[in-house]
Amino acid sequence: MSTTTETSLLAAQLPSRFSFVRSRDFPLIPLLILGIIAFVAVFADLLAPHDPQVGSLAARFHPPFWLAGGSTDYLLGTDQLGRDVLSRLIFGARVSMVVGFTAVIFAGVVGTTLGIISGYLGGWVDQVIMRVVDAWLALPALSFAIFLAAIVGPSEMNIVIILGLVFWTRYARIVRGEVLSLKEREFVRLAIVAGCSKWTIMRRHILPNVVNSAIVLASLMLGVVIIAEASLSFLGVGVPPPKPAWGVMLSDGKQGLMVGYWWLTVFPGCCIMLMVLSSNLLGDWLRVKLDPQLRQL
Amino acid sequence: MSNSIHSFASSEGKRPVAAISNRPLLELRNLSTNYISARGRRVVRAVDDVTLTINAGETLGIVGESGSGKSTLALTILRVLPPAAHIVGGQMMFEGEDLVQKSDAEMRRVRGKRIAMILQDPMASLNPLFTVGDQVAEPIRVHEGASRATAWRRAIGLLKAVRIASPETRVRQHPHEMSGGMRQRIVGAIAMSCEPRLLIADEPTTSLDLTIQAQYLNLLRELQREHGLALIFITHNLGIVAKMCDQLAVMYAGRVVESGPVSRIFNAPAHPYTEALLNSIPRMGDNRERLTAIEGQPPNLASLPPGCAFAPRCPVAFDRCRAEAPPAMDLGAGRTARCWLAVPAAAEAGLQDGAV
Repeated sequence: MSTTTETSLLAAQLPSRFSFVRSRDFPLIPLLILGIIAFVAVFADLLAPHDPQVGSLAARFHPPFWLAGGSTDYLLGTDQLGRDVLSRLIFGARVSMVVGFTAVIFAGVVGTTLGIISGYLGGWVDQVIMRVVDAWLALPALSFAIFLAAIVGPSEMNIVIILGLVFWTRYARIVRGEVLSLKEREFVRLAIVAGCSKWTIMRRHILPNVVNSAIVLASLMLGVVIIAEASLSFLGVGVPPPKPAWGVMLSDGKQGLMVGYWWLTVFPGCCIMLMVLSSNLLGDWLRVKLDPQLRQL
Repeated sequence: MSNSIHSFASSEGKRPVAAISNRPLLELRNLSTNYISARGRRVVRAVDDVTLTINAGETLGIVGESGSGKSTLALTILRVLPPAAHIVGGQMMFEGEDLVQKSDAEMRRVRGKRIAMILQDPMASLNPLFTVGDQVAEPIRVHEGASRATAWRRAIGLLKAVRIASPETRVRQHPHEMSGGMRQRIVGAIAMSCEPRLLIADEPTTSLDLTIQAQYLNLLRELQREHGLALIFITHNLGIVAKMCDQLAVMYAGRVVESGPVSRIFNAPAHPYTEALLNSIPRMGDNRERLTAIEGQPPNLASLPPGCAFAPRCPVAFDRCRAEAPPAMDLGAGRTARCWLAVPAAAEAGLQDGAV
């Protein structure tokens, strides 16, 4: 009798506990992980024990230090060219951070601008932009990115532009939806009758009200973009090889996986996973944190 | 001799603009606005052949049921109509210029500067993300190109003018930190910011409780008196009309069925619809069991009857009313009415005036 009441009590408490975790809990661990990755990326030159692009063939395939044959000189082992895996991971963080953030911002600026214009002006402008978005979304993202990369050739800059061009449509869709409801709001009407031009209204009254949603989307897109960057690098059309991107490391290490050199792929894989997971958790928290406010206002 | 000069000067001092130009501030002539569906099949005559004048410093009340075209009329004057609505005829002479003919860019310089508007829901009229000061300063910056600092100083003065206590601190606050009545007065300050000649208030008090409503109406009247601005007051509350307005226009199905000075219309309505509206106001000491209502439904604006739009609900309608729409008849003393019965009524009123 008492146990059943206890379990039912527990069941009653569970959802509220979960919502507490989801809504109030500050995402300390994700922020910490992202902070560490950012710190490592910024100070890569000071932190990396070896040159990430130069190895000695004498020191090929060293396992991590805690395994037999490993040495503390190469904490996470070395790859097929004798390059230090840890140093390459540290410099890879820089590539992921730079490409991830700039691509997300680039896509965000393009998508938000077009979304605002499309939603606010309406009419044929809206029709044209939204049909382009529809067509764009019908293309498989990764194949499209590979196609673009094949045309412009691999470089970090090109990757940023390609990922921006592939992912702007999601911002445009969401922002347009927000603008459609915003432009019926009374304060926009007041701006119209106060004599503001369309561009003034879009810039001063619409944009600040959609920035929240765009930031939430950006934090969620960060993970997607990092995966896309790693995938492109893995497929050989991303960051050009001597540079130590995590996707390139996965690609280089995949043959070694079959003969027991697991550290070449597991460590960069873990890094990608941690970064994507953190940015998703952060995005979830931001969404819950910012969205209800947006509706309340 | 000196006496007559003195009286002439004083009369000119009261209404300077009207005396100098001797023409109405805004004159609507046969103005029509239609909502036209995408393929042009359905046409809704939201504003139909409206002729109205308003002088500087005057208050014109526009009353009518929901959907009678009051708000569309206001949007027409500012030319901020939704995409489906089109001005299909008429003129809007404002200070000697026809607003219908103006380009969009020219209209933008009129909006907020020479004609300002207070919207139906002032509570929602403020952008939640900006400080009050930024929003009051916005029209000043848009229209006069003033710097942020200058515009802010003027914003503080405007907040003082709408009786907001400690404007220096309030100006830095956001809308959610203010009460409803304060937010509304801020909307008033925004409307007054560029010293407009004409202010259009579209049911500005519907979302407020009665005490605040009264305060706000007093404030509007004071602002009007201080700045000599003309006010178009759109409402369905005849009590507010009696309190606020000099002139009244009653709208029904997009047409102005009766217009003229408030006191004359209230004393002797010329149109049966006006009469029915006045009868439906509950009064103190009234011992009727039920309020008087107007039988029937407002007509569908997309398919109006051929004759008078009010005929199906009119207690005194006769055959001609159903066949032929009455034109706006001049009843003298600044009054017009669209009713076949209005002519004898005016003659009678004239006789009675003479007798009394």
